[in-house]
Amino acid sequence: MPKLTIEELEKLREEARKTTFIREQGQFRAKINVHMGTCGLAAGARHILNAFLQEIEKRGLTDVLLTTSGCAGLCSREPMATIEIAGQAPVKYIDLTEKKVEEIFEKHIQGGEIVTAYALGIGSEKTDLS
Amino acid sequence: MAVEKEKLYRVHLMVCAGTGCVSNHAFEIKEALEKEIKRRGLEKEVKVVTTGCNGFCERGPLMVVQPGNIFYQMLTVKDIPYLVEEHLLKGRPVKKLMYQPPEEKTPVPVLSEINFFKKQVLVALRNRGLIDPEKIEDYIARDGYKALVKALTQMTPEEIIHEVTISGLRGRGGAGFPTGLKWQLVRNAISPDNEKYLVCNGDEGDPGAFMDRSILEADPHSVIEGMLIGAKAIGATQGFIYVRNEYPLAVKRILIALDQARYYGLLGHDILGTGFDFDIRVVRGAGAFVCGEETALLASIEGRLGEPRPRPPYPAEKGLWGKPTCINNVETWANIPVIIDRGGKWFASIGTATSKGTKVFSIVGKINNTGLVEVPMGITLREIIYDIGGGIPGGKKFKAVQTGGPSGGCIPAELINLPIDYESLTAAGSMMGSGGMVVMDEDTCMVDVARYFLSFTQDESCGKCTPCREGTKAMLDILTRITEGKGTEEDLGLLEELADTIKEASLCGLGKTAPNPVLTTLRYFRDEYIAHIQDKKCPAHVCRSLNVYKIDPQICFEKGHGCDVCRRNCATDAIIGSKGEAHKIDQTKCIKCGVCFDVCHFGAVKVE
Ligand SMILES: Cc1cc2nc3c(=O)[nH]c(=O)nc-3n(C[C@H](O)[C@H](O)[C@H](O)COP(=O)(O)O)c2cc1C
Repeated sequence: MPKLTIEELEKLREEARKTTFIREQGQFRAKINVHMGTCGLAAGARHILNAFLQEIEKRGLTDVLLTTSGCAGLCSREPMATIEIAGQAPVKYIDLTEKKVEEIFEKHIQGGEIVTAYALGIGSEKTDLS
Repeated sequence: MAVEKEKLYRVHLMVCAGTGCVSNHAFEIKEALEKEIKRRGLEKEVKVVTTGCNGFCERGPLMVVQPGNIFYQMLTVKDIPYLVEEHLLKGRPVKKLMYQPPEEKTPVPVLSEINFFKKQVLVALRNRGLIDPEKIEDYIARDGYKALVKALTQMTPEEIIHEVTISGLRGRGGAGFPTGLKWQLVRNAISPDNEKYLVCNGDEGDPGAFMDRSILEADPHSVIEGMLIGAKAIGATQGFIYVRNEYPLAVKRILIALDQARYYGLLGHDILGTGFDFDIRVVRGAGAFVCGEETALLASIEGRLGEPRPRPPYPAEKGLWGKPTCINNVETWANIPVIIDRGGKWFASIGTATSKGTKVFSIVGKINNTGLVEVPMGITLREIIYDIGGGIPGGKKFKAVQTGGPSGGCIPAELINLPIDYESLTAAGSMMGSGGMVVMDEDTCMVDVARYFLSFTQDESCGKCTPCREGTKAMLDILTRITEGKGTEEDLGLLEELADTIKEASLCGLGKTAPNPVLTTLRYFRDEYIAHIQDKKCPAHVCRSLNVYKIDPQICFEKGHGCDVCRRNCATDAIIGSKGEAHKIDQTKCIKCGVCFDVCHFGAVKVE
């Protein structure tokens, strides 16, 4: 699409942001933290991580940040992820599968409704990224 | 140049590829990262991005992990496998590769918490470390060309000039002329065929300065966008970027950026469908300092000898090929998009009463954190040297700082609380210049420093006018005599007289400012000149021919047991003594090379 019009420039900007927003230091609407300790990795944390990444990409979101951290201390219930919607207490999800990720993303991150069936406890820990 | 749709990665590794880090093997680090990422099967999750200069050059090669803003420093290829496994695979940032302030016990993981970065305010360097300079999409994602749209669709030329005027922006190339006023003059100037030109001055010839190079390397589109806005304001259709050929990476990145901007129709005919035309050509300079002077630069673009001419007429009236020409510095241009986007008032809220906004400085010399910084005008020298610069290495005392390059002056330690703005620096006998700062410690001889800077300007003098050509030569001869212990009492008066004449009578700024380093060192460090002249001594022991080397017989005998190392290393057989006894120097044979001082393990050799 050489030779942009003003509208096309704005579209290009929007598209470009969908992959560069992770470099920005601002506020994010939601943060997902996948625990990547040896236990988590063995239980399939990488698949869970990629499932979250795909959900963000599929929807073209620029306000949901995906991060990782080490072991969360509850090795028997891995893979685990902590989800924190801005201004709300973080929620830990356990025994994750790719299917569960899809559901959690739709309901909790997009819909604002905690999926209690997969949640461990509420407000137990904040992610290390502020 | 087809644009592929970018994939979303969870991590971007922002590897600094400024000239400093590149010479420290940044590209090898990048390759090692890519290889290891692939080996670990992370290539769909983690992307390596090369950026322009991050600023903390002292600690290169550098990398910042996003998200998280985790700062890694002094990387080597062999650190990479561990880093990838720990941080990227297991989510555990690696402490031992982080920056640890000298006086502290734990490292600081996050870039924004590191002292070097804390006091900086980024306007001209707003995209520092956040974009790949070779990708226009990265610039656009960070609001690039948004100010251009505003200028083209919502503003008249007068409104653009008004915004720049109320911003208080002054030229960042040295003289500090108000940019809005310059634009107004060029806009008002009459051109017989309506042709007007616009020039970006990227000559940057001062020793120790790399602000403009870094901007061109790290964010070329910020300069291009600034020039586009300027072109609409003054009514120009052709622009030139003059950059020295000794900056190959800068040249390469501007050329890429210009191609990309043309591809998207941000340069050329009918820009963004608004009917506005403008294009930019790159002109490479051969690296003469005087070609940074505007009239010499314009002559050089025209293909003539790069020599200055008398002003008036100023380029605003008669510039390139006799047409009204607006010439501004790289950093000046890079500030423009932000001023248009955020408003002149916002820009004017930063800085002091007469010096608005921020200034980029390159800090070099005897300083812990060598690098590139952008700070609000009005910040004190102390904050730059100690808080940001991390103080002087080796616990030495801060003695002086040269600002303004060879045209500037030496500011002594007693003025450490001086606020950095145009007027304060000028009042102190120096000047803002383009932003080079050379820091000196107690081991620096100020006479030698003055001699060094004058030898630079003398060398770079184009020779067109006599005061500069002959005057700087005469001053240099005197200074050289003084450093050789052959100075006389009359020399200081003669230096001052010559300096006044050269300042008064030279054709261009090169000559008019060349005596500044001598005048400021005479003003603040006169006692050092006098020590050289009267006592035939160099207090900092820098001027070799004034040094007298002696061996303390007691230390030599008792501590060193007459080890004989000095005698064996002496090139002129000036040392007398044999193993086991105290040694002595025969002053008639000593050529003051200092080798005995350097090789003695016991501190027995003394210099006076
Ligand atoms: C000897 C000499 C060298 C100069 N070198 C530069 C330079 O490298 N870069 C620069 O922008 N201005 C340099 N200048 C200043 C320019 O003449 C001119 O004032 C400046 O480019 C105007 O842009 P500004 O108003 O944005 O600062 C130099 C001046 C002199 C006298």
